[in-house]
Amino acid sequence: MIMEITIVRTLLSILGITLVVGLNAVFVVWLERKVAGHMQYRLGPTEVGPAGLLQTVADGLKLVSKQIIFPRSADTPIFILAPIICLVPVFVALLPVPFSENIQAHELDVGLLLVIALGLLNTLGILLAGWGCDNKYALLGASRAVAQILAYKIPLLLCILPIILLSGTFSLREIVVAQDHSLWFALYQPVAFLIYLVAITMETNRSPFDFAEAESELVAGFHTEYSGMMFSLFFLAEYTYMFVAAAIASVLFLGGWLGPFFPGPVWMLLKIYFFLFLMMWFRWTFPRVRVDQMLSFGWKILLPISLLNFLLTAGVMAAL
Amino acid sequence: MNRSYAKDIATGLASLLTGMKVTMTTMLTKGHTVEWPREAAQVPLMFRGHIQLVANKDNGFAKCIACGACARACPSNCIEVKGAKPEGAKKKSPTFFMLDFTTCSLCGLCVESCPVVAITFSRDYALAGFELQPFAGMDLLKDVASPFVEERNDI
Ligand code: SF4
Ligand code: SF4
Repeated sequence: MIMEITIVRTLLSILGITLVVGLNAVFVVWLERKVAGHMQYRLGPTEVGPAGLLQTVADGLKLVSKQIIFPRSADTPIFILAPIICLVPVFVALLPVPFSENIQAHELDVGLLLVIALGLLNTLGILLAGWGCDNKYALLGASRAVAQILAYKIPLLLCILPIILLSGTFSLREIVVAQDHSLWFALYQPVAFLIYLVAITMETNRSPFDFAEAESELVAGFHTEYSGMMFSLFFLAEYTYMFVAAAIASVLFLGGWLGPFFPGPVWMLLKIYFFLFLMMWFRWTFPRVRVDQMLSFGWKILLPISLLNFLLTAGVMAAL
Repeated sequence: MNRSYAKDIATGLASLLTGMKVTMTTMLTKGHTVEWPREAAQVPLMFRGHIQLVANKDNGFAKCIACGACARACPSNCIEVKGAKPEGAKKKSPTFFMLDFTTCSLCGLCVESCPVVAITFSRDYALAGFELQPFAGMDLLKDVASPFVEERNDI
């Protein structure tokens, strides 16, 4: 009996996660183009489907029907592996994300750690992509992504630590539950919240920190040589990483599924798409900074402030 | 932590918020896009479409007196006019007025040279097509009434 429940649960989780990944990509790409359009006095997609909602589906079909070109000098196994390494971890990273008290693919004591660790694999995928296709632009893009990693990952972790101190757990579900009887952690930790926002913009390779792509300097950065479906895997991975990062942000700082009137999943999705909209807003407002500016920003501003914030929180918690 | 460090962060943050305010207000205003062909585009006052014949207000016939000045003035030789006197009329009327729009440069010399102001630029901008022929021989007379209805039917 228990065996059967486990199997059904696993199948449902796989189905649910695949649905979330697919539908999220369709919706977010559409939203991104709409937001970009309206922020530039345009309309964005309007033709395919109601208000252009099916535009992404049409684009997806186009990408599927395209030929995948393998550069002659590419390291083929790595070339093929890179998009897969980018995409697979996000499926796993969605496992511990709670959408309501009961809707969660798998409850893990160390859910937060898992998500953070899997987030790093994205960079590995980017590095492999840049290395494998034997293209100077791709390699430059990939090396930038690796240089970027330390500048945002440490502040990111230092922003999460105060939340761990406040809630006393690494489980994403428990962190939300801890906010049930108190204020949302964003109000206790506004500085950590802000730095976390910046750090996830860096982590998901979004403008103004999209050096790995940097289409005005590096053609298309690490995925210059990718075409057709392999290219869209990167695309899918990027938008799903954004979704995961936004979900973690709403769990850590905005109380996850908690909220009045609506059921849990509605609140969770509202908060996730609030963060996604915020990231689009950043992208279509701020110009890309230079690599050295980004690095000194990460090391001289994000790191000391988040460290200070963490020590302060720890000190106050110890004193109380 | 010195003062300029904190000041830099504060001014930087403020400037970011200013930028975000600009894009947000833009997003909430109406876009400039005209959804042609579902909406008609606003054509500027001096827009030059292909030339067209001006009709007389009272009878709807073309004002043109078939003098041929426009055809002579055209640097690209794209106008061909023939005319005749309808019965009982004092002036000639065009029986044939063809424009080869494929070579017209929209220079406006024909419009300026006409002694009776019988041609103007149309405001028609939706002129895409799949064949050359309709543009190589545009029959401008078909938009105006003609005193030679019977003859024209013979052409
Ligand atoms: S606009 Fe110029 S080129 Fe065109 S028909 Fe008139 S005179 Fe000829
Ligand atoms: S110049 Fe004017 S009146 Fe003379 S033929 Fe041309 S359109 Fe007719």
